[in-house]
Amino acid sequence: MSNFSAIEKEIIEDFELFDDPMDKYEHIIDQGNELEVLEEKYKIDENLVKGCQSKVWLVAAKEGDIVFFKADSNTVITKGVVSILIKVLSGKKPQEIIDYKLDILEKIGLKEMLSSQRANGLQSMINLMKQYAHKFQ
Amino acid sequence: MKQNFPILSQKVNGKELIYFDNAATCQKPISVVQKIDEYYQETNSNIHRGAHFLANKATEEYEAAREYTAKFLGAEKSSLINFVRGTTEAINLVAYAFGDKFIGKDDEIIISELEHHSNIVPWQMLCERTGAKLRVIPINDIGELNYEVYAELLSEKTKLVSINYVSNALGTINDVETIIEKAHAVGAKVFLDGAQAAPHLKVNVQELDCDFFAFSAHKVYGPTGIGVLYGKEDVLNAMNPFHGGGEMIETVTFEKTTYNKLPYKFEAGTPNICGVIAMAEALKFVDEIGIENIAKHENDLLEYATEKMQTIEGMTFYGTSKNKSGVISFLIDGIHPYDLGVLLDKQGIAIRTGHHCTQPLMNKLQIEGTCRASFAIYNTKEEVDVFIKALNRAVLMLK
Repeated sequence: MSNFSAIEKEIIEDFELFDDPMDKYEHIIDQGNELEVLEEKYKIDENLVKGCQSKVWLVAAKEGDIVFFKADSNTVITKGVVSILIKVLSGKKPQEIIDYKLDILEKIGLKEMLSSQRANGLQSMINLMKQYAHKFQ
Repeated sequence: MKQNFPILSQKVNGKELIYFDNAATCQKPISVVQKIDEYYQETNSNIHRGAHFLANKATEEYEAAREYTAKFLGAEKSSLINFVRGTTEAINLVAYAFGDKFIGKDDEIIISELEHHSNIVPWQMLCERTGAKLRVIPINDIGELNYEVYAELLSEKTKLVSINYVSNALGTINDVETIIEKAHAVGAKVFLDGAQAAPHLKVNVQELDCDFFAFSAHKVYGPTGIGVLYGKEDVLNAMNPFHGGGEMIETVTFEKTTYNKLPYKFEAGTPNICGVIAMAEALKFVDEIGIENIAKHENDLLEYATEKMQTIEGMTFYGTSKNKSGVISFLIDGIHPYDLGVLLDKQGIAIRTGHHCTQPLMNKLQIEGTCRASFAIYNTKEEVDVFIKALNRAVLMLK
């Protein structure tokens, strides 16, 4: 099993525990609380992945041949989803990130969060993560 | 009442749907849905100049809808009712067809801080084309217009005052009688954006004496993509045409085209025939209940919900004029409107979150957006009770 699928499997299994949508969202909010803190100095316009209602800041760095992402959001639900994306994509090689078919949100029943792009800019965040991976190749 | 609205019987996220997003668009009664169905099953044909049964039937129903709409608005005659896509198109139509002809360099257009983007941007575009200037009436702390400043802004340079009758973001009902009277005193025309007024207030354009009035059918229990521009006869006649095409012409040669009379002058191309007919059905629905009864019902819900919401810690209301429609714009300390909107949706409750297409107003209030609950005839106090419970649950999760 690849690194990716092991992390994904764990996230998906966690989400399968929740039948009630509110419980599921409580879990998403908890995910956000687990997100590594993004220092205030990075919360600047240049790092903004702009959506319509919620803001997402994303920074990337390469150590050796591995790409690391850090991010934050001004809304707790988006922050939770951002945390999930970071868990899956951070700490991977650029080519792995580029090739990765990111359908985790669909698998945990959060596809709606991607379709309502205006509300959260998550799709833009995924695109930006892949752009960073290209840059670091 | 709810059984008249089939869409409301569904469950969302396993919960009974509670629809509090009526200021964005309201749901359609079964009579309107059936009318749309009936039109395409029994009537569909292009209107005017047809020599066959269906063309005559469609034309008859279309023009009867115009008559009905004229009565609904208290217009002098039905030819002053121009069918457009909605309020936004009505404003753009006037900005081009009236504005480009009658508003020039250094003339002034007055709007207010309460306006929807659709009543700001077309005038800014007109100002860019003509060199005219935009003047803005400020609001006070509770979201009412400052009428003293308005009086100071008015001058012989003022050519047009374009104001929403009711604010979509805050619900404030503006004193349009005063606005119109004072504008006319300096010779300015008045455009009333009635998008949020038509669903809640009895409108009589002749008594109001406004020069233009517009509303969108979809906020008055009708379909999307259709609306009305009313204008005074002499003003409409003096205006340029807007879109060129079929129907709006009298004669066409390659050398010169002469234009059709009202209302066809502003209805180029095949119109939204079904939309017009279904809109009239929606207006009949409103008339059958009585707009005063609708307003009373919504006001009761407004008072009931406001009182209950006040008990939630950290609650701030935006727009607290005594004279307001059934709109509650609010924020809860430390909670982003988007998060609240999502968690209410998960409990089956639809509200709107964001800037409500009023970014300048949000800037004035120094916020990014609000949560907005807005009521319609099918909403109930029981729904408000569920809403309050859901709000409390969401707040608990988000704080």
